[in-house]
Amino acid sequence: MATVEVPQLSGYHRPAVLDWITTVDHKKLGILYLYFTLFFFAVGGVLALLVRTQLAVADNSFVGNDLYNQIFTMHASAMLFLFIIPVWAGFGNYLVPLQIGAADMAFPRINALSFWMLPPAGILMFAGFIVDGGAADGGWTAYSPLAQQTGVGMDMWIIAVIVLGMSSTIGAANFLVTMFRMRAPGMTMFRMPIFCWTMLVTALLQLLATPVLAAALVMLFIDRNYGGQFFDPNGGGNVVLWQNVFWFYSHPAVYIMILPGMGIISEILPVFSRKPLFGYKAFVFATIGIGGLGFSVWAHHMFTTGSVLLPFFGFMTFMIGVPTGVKIFNWLGTLWGGSITFPTPMLFAIGFVSMFLIGGINGTFSAAVPVDFALHDTYFVVAHIHYVLFGGSVFAVFGGIYYWFPKIWGRKLNERLGKLHFALMFVGFNVAFFPMHMLGLDGMPRRIAVYAEGAGWEALNMLSTGGAFLIAVSMIPFIIAVVWAFMRPMDQPDDPWEANTLEWATSSPPPEYNFDSLPPVRSERPLFDARQGSGEGH
Amino acid sequence: MAAHSTAEPQGMTNSMLGFILFLASEIMFFGGLFAAYFIARADAPAWPPALSPEQIAEGVHLEIEILLPAISTGILVISSITIQWAVWQIQKGNQSGMLWGLFISLALGLIFLAAQLFDYTQLHFLADDTIYGTTFYTLTGFHGAHVAGGALFIGVVTVRALGGQFTAENHEAVEACSMYWHFVDVVWIALFIVLYIIK
Repeated sequence: MATVEVPQLSGYHRPAVLDWITTVDHKKLGILYLYFTLFFFAVGGVLALLVRTQLAVADNSFVGNDLYNQIFTMHASAMLFLFIIPVWAGFGNYLVPLQIGAADMAFPRINALSFWMLPPAGILMFAGFIVDGGAADGGWTAYSPLAQQTGVGMDMWIIAVIVLGMSSTIGAANFLVTMFRMRAPGMTMFRMPIFCWTMLVTALLQLLATPVLAAALVMLFIDRNYGGQFFDPNGGGNVVLWQNVFWFYSHPAVYIMILPGMGIISEILPVFSRKPLFGYKAFVFATIGIGGLGFSVWAHHMFTTGSVLLPFFGFMTFMIGVPTGVKIFNWLGTLWGGSITFPTPMLFAIGFVSMFLIGGINGTFSAAVPVDFALHDTYFVVAHIHYVLFGGSVFAVFGGIYYWFPKIWGRKLNERLGKLHFALMFVGFNVAFFPMHMLGLDGMPRRIAVYAEGAGWEALNMLSTGGAFLIAVSMIPFIIAVVWAFMRPMDQPDDPWEANTLEWATSSPPPEYNFDSLPPVRSERPLFDARQGSGEGH
Repeated sequence: MAAHSTAEPQGMTNSMLGFILFLASEIMFFGGLFAAYFIARADAPAWPPALSPEQIAEGVHLEIEILLPAISTGILVISSITIQWAVWQIQKGNQSGMLWGLFISLALGLIFLAAQLFDYTQLHFLADDTIYGTTFYTLTGFHGAHVAGGALFIGVVTVRALGGQFTAENHEAVEACSMYWHFVDVVWIALFIVLYIIK
């Protein structure tokens, strides 16, 4: 039976809207996070289409320079701060307590606070479009002096990002306490599902790096509004100071944006290979290694400033490729010799491994200092970030949605539509972003609104724009699949995939209190043990 | 297996662990501000930086007096001791001892804030007078805001203590409050050293 009737203490039923607004249930908050972030994924996607439309042909006048600057800045800001970072908090909220066999997060009300800080921040950031001077247009990295020259929209952006940072900081503390203190009997640290481990390291990075971003943003705000001189050389300040404090957060932040995605596909690959994850402990230590090394590579964004120690940061950046490579072998070793099936979540997981590998290689390539001097601020870098954050994180997001949809909503997404979605997105993604490598090598700088006829960039840009629209088209089967699923009754059993982890030990969707009873936890695959051991599988 | 993990394991409570993690994030926030100060100071050809003729004409000068801040430092250190004393008293179940400790700490904290505000009025530079003024007011201002927050924290704990909410076994808020106050104190000592002593 898929649903559980929860007895009400009194005859009073709260209206559903009030119930959602006041909820402190980690599952409902997780769902709210997912709705919120997918909304901003759509908003950021529309902005991306505007960017690609402007760049489709040479000498285009579709949007003006000023508006173009706002559009690409807000595209990145929405995708990074309002989609990818909080979407992991959404998955984490829903899954971490279930996967460790807890009834809720450690601090349910602080959990609700973390979520409810997001909508005001998102509105504030986007309200920039309706004020004088428009939205923030200094790029998501807000380098000075670019960030000093724009209107009040930039101040709104700064406050919004500070609020989003506070949300993720207190959320991180919540995740850490939950995982350190609320695990079910038998669930030792080294039996926690890999997704939990990646959330744990992500939370540590958020807890320690996000406040530094807050400090940087505060300094920028003081410079802009109270005559501060932090980033103004006229008063003894230093523009590179911003880059140092900003990247001290934002480089760990790229691991904040990818590690939980790695966790998600590390849940999916073993299930559909019918094998345990190859090298569980190696994966955990590689995750911790990435987290630690993540704090020592920030200046590889600043090679061309001439004020950083190039050999050190180049070397550390190569080093961080090592634990990442370990993970690629974990995934390949898991697939090796498995009885592999290809439902939609598995397709997205394999898409992740292959695309993230390209993103890792072109990233390590640019870590070579001389290469970086040639490629800095070109479209090669844009290709790199999209191969890791779209080919990586976004594929993992959709893999996770297809995989956990039966658990969260009690219904399965249509397989054919899912496969169509994956095929269109995979092709569209590569058509959109692979040509950017060539554009970068051809010297096309990023962030330009207009390029001249005859630069030799027309064909590749047109191709890339076509790919972007193909990605947009790939959302149509996804939306149809979701709507179709919601029109049908909840019919999913507890464990439709024959999976390994505890969230599949309760009904789909789970009751408010999560578990009636837990199977004994004697390995990192308690459900596999339950199926094999006592033979009373679900 | 009757398995619900709502019972907390032995040792530190969830709230205390969460509070310590929050303090870690606060340390990183001040770490960012201190790092900016060190970088700015290391880059500067002279410290304090040279002023423009217009600034000199306006009467700006970048000297700071050490006497009052030194007294303030002493006051804050004493308040750290008194709040720790409050914790030790309630651990022994001594309600009135805890209350005295909290009252004195709160009073000392407020004196510190008043002294800092007075000190601001004695200075001949503002936040827009070179990176020196910017870093000075940013660092001391954010610290002052944390002192004010800490004083509010002590105030809330004091009101709860007056209501008899704390016992020898149950006084976590008092401990958390004292930890926060020690944190604020340590940040000030670091600030005092780098802003006032290291020339």
